[in-house]
Amino acid sequence: MTSLLKVLLSVDFGYASIRMASPLILAALGGIFSERAGVLSLGLEGMMLSGALAGFLGSFYSGSPWVGVVYAGLAGGAVAVIYAAACITFKANQVVAAVGLNILAQGITGLVFRGAFGITQDLHQAPAFQPVAIPVLSKIPVLGPMLFNHELLVYAAFLLLPVVVFVLYRTTWGLKLRSVGENPLAADTVGVNVTRMRYTGVVISGILAGIAGSLLSIAFINTFIENITAGRGFVAFAAVIFGKWTPIGVFLSALLFGAADALQLRIQALGLPIPYQLMLLFPYLLALIALVFSGRSQSPASLGSPYDKSGRS
Amino acid sequence: MDQPLLELRGITKRFPGVLANDHIDLVVGKGEIHALLGENGSGKTTLMNVLYGLQQADEGEIHFEGKPLKTNSPGQAIDAGIGMVHQHFMLVQAFTVTENVILGMRSKREPLLGLAQAEAEVKALSEKYGLKVDPRAKIWQLSVGEQQRVEILKALHRRARLLILDEPTAVLTPQETEELSAILRSLAAEGRSIIFITHKLNEVMGISNKVTVLRAGRVIDTVETASTNQAALARMMVGREVVFEIDKTPAAPKEVVLQVEGLKAANQKKLPALRGLSLSVRAGEILGVAGVDGNGQHELAECIIGVRKAEGGRVLVCGQDIVGLSSRQVAQRGVGVIPADRQHQGLVLGLQLAENIMFGNFYCEPYSRRGFLQLGKIEEIAGRLIQEYDIRTPSSAVEVKNLSGGNQQKVVLARELSRSPKVIVAMLPTRGLDVGATEFVHRRILDARDRGAAVLLISTELEEILSLSDRIAVMYEGEIMGVVSGDAADVNELGLMMAGAKRLPEAS
Repeated sequence: MTSLLKVLLSVDFGYASIRMASPLILAALGGIFSERAGVLSLGLEGMMLSGALAGFLGSFYSGSPWVGVVYAGLAGGAVAVIYAAACITFKANQVVAAVGLNILAQGITGLVFRGAFGITQDLHQAPAFQPVAIPVLSKIPVLGPMLFNHELLVYAAFLLLPVVVFVLYRTTWGLKLRSVGENPLAADTVGVNVTRMRYTGVVISGILAGIAGSLLSIAFINTFIENITAGRGFVAFAAVIFGKWTPIGVFLSALLFGAADALQLRIQALGLPIPYQLMLLFPYLLALIALVFSGRSQSPASLGSPYDKSGRS
Repeated sequence: MDQPLLELRGITKRFPGVLANDHIDLVVGKGEIHALLGENGSGKTTLMNVLYGLQQADEGEIHFEGKPLKTNSPGQAIDAGIGMVHQHFMLVQAFTVTENVILGMRSKREPLLGLAQAEAEVKALSEKYGLKVDPRAKIWQLSVGEQQRVEILKALHRRARLLILDEPTAVLTPQETEELSAILRSLAAEGRSIIFITHKLNEVMGISNKVTVLRAGRVIDTVETASTNQAALARMMVGREVVFEIDKTPAAPKEVVLQVEGLKAANQKKLPALRGLSLSVRAGEILGVAGVDGNGQHELAECIIGVRKAEGGRVLVCGQDIVGLSSRQVAQRGVGVIPADRQHQGLVLGLQLAENIMFGNFYCEPYSRRGFLQLGKIEEIAGRLIQEYDIRTPSSAVEVKNLSGGNQQKVVLARELSRSPKVIVAMLPTRGLDVGATEFVHRRILDARDRGAAVLLISTELEEILSLSDRIAVMYEGEIMGVVSGDAADVNELGLMMAGAKRLPEAS
């Protein structure tokens, strides 16, 4: 018990929590744009995975992780366009479309990676982001090394929160986006282009999820392995719901799930007589429990249902 | 004469199998309140949707303020200066009043929302026109009347010169209707024009300057309101003489059959919908329950018929408590139901007429024996009921979704009334029906009463309540505000009770 407490209070755990949480935060904050526009963000997993591969390839071939990030955003956005077309234009069942997309992304990323590098056990490493210590701040005891010695994308994930709050609640665009997720017919009757708003919301979520994926492949482990996301997109989806679709709530949920991931790694390292597979399960179990107890009352009123303006009289 | 504000010429709109608008001409002058009168399905709403850009006409042209207008989307109509208040409000429930008003508009501080400034503007506008509503309130917190004011504010904030209102009074108390017509008059006095869609003759007479009557997609006539009367309008609307007063013999009430005592229940949102409601209905009488929609009427009906859980109180049918029984057990004790939404609750649209007729009884004789359906017998019973209830259908094997609304309702009546129920719970039994079908339904309900059934008639149409009920109970926020005799009922008094402003002492 004391050893667990020691883990929880360590600088190392705080640092790792923030690190593990940042891809979740990016993807989940992106997911808000999709969900608030009325489209389920269950496809985050596939978008993240595509971003992870594209980021790795971009960085590997160009030699710059920045190119990688751009590729990752583009790949996530492209996958999102496909998903948006299925859900919005063709009015497909969003759960089915998302599940199909996630399976497709898993297959294609594996295929492309093997196509590029063959089936080998060699470790292919791409140029990756390095931690950037922020002058002065990183020298603060305890907090400095915990908060101010991360990769730039990690800082970006945290800075995204105020941006999302501002865009959603302080701009006319944000009001329009939220309206199409609540009552698309009402939005349509006052001249809001429902289709365009929904596409934009989904594509923004795709771009951010793609960048979140690249965080895994070119900031944390510097290589791509098949299914590198390992369900993190689903955890981000859970964070959107558990956070009740508000930016701050979603941010805190993602932070919590990230901390759970960091914790299970630390506990594994303690060498307790528990199978490590059980520990791996921990963040997902937490997400599941959180979802069961979060209820669903505050979801956007038209979430998951396509907008069909024809057929009314 | 001045140039008219709006001119529609030869508007034609076809739907598969239906000519919804057939070369419609309509002229609306500046500052005019123009009533568009017609039955359900006469093409009023379609015409306005065409004008507002929600649907596109197949033929015809629109001139607005002397210029040709092409509306392919509501956005274009709004820009031109046309506002519409839909029958089902187009509001985002989770947003505030101000957010709803400014949604879709450019802000003065684009791309910023400028909410504080907008709130001040909405407040000023609402004070100017007497449209009382808190700019910061969320829509779901508002009453239906207040929500309607938000819709009017939306149009005014967009500088609408022409305001279209689709059945604006359907959800209002008589007092709220008065307030609305005062607001409309002040808007017209300012030079704005108003088109309001309705099928209620007294409102046409009370509010409008001019009236255009539509029937089956065609303009029958446009007349000055002052030069016509209700009977003439009704004849134009229906195409034949209409009997306003349904001839009804005095009730001969006997013993109490349905007794509700202190009934409590929650609604879908888990909020209290019935707060200790009590009422009683005798055999051979119709108790009308009046009230604005959303005051617990649905929950009351659902508790009685056994599809909603009561949280307290009793419902007695012939002295036996039926709370907690299944809907089948309730039906077996002699409760028949005409549900509010026939397409979802009363019928299975994809099944055949005969199959719908045996619902609720398919498990017992004569419909089935030893678990097998007796198709011949079912066919025979369906055929008899088709005759008896004058259901217009090619055969009993037709899927009910292919029947008209009136004939669908007759299927429901045939099933429920042919069982000779002791209690009938009828909720909005004529919603969406034309005059002929409405008369038929009313006649059948009266017949059931005369046969000795206790009828609980729940309706938001005050006229229906007044013409059928032997006694009238007014429901407000899950309670009965008072019960009055059907003959002695005063519309003003009922209106005050519907708004919760008055409560009779011996409310039971």
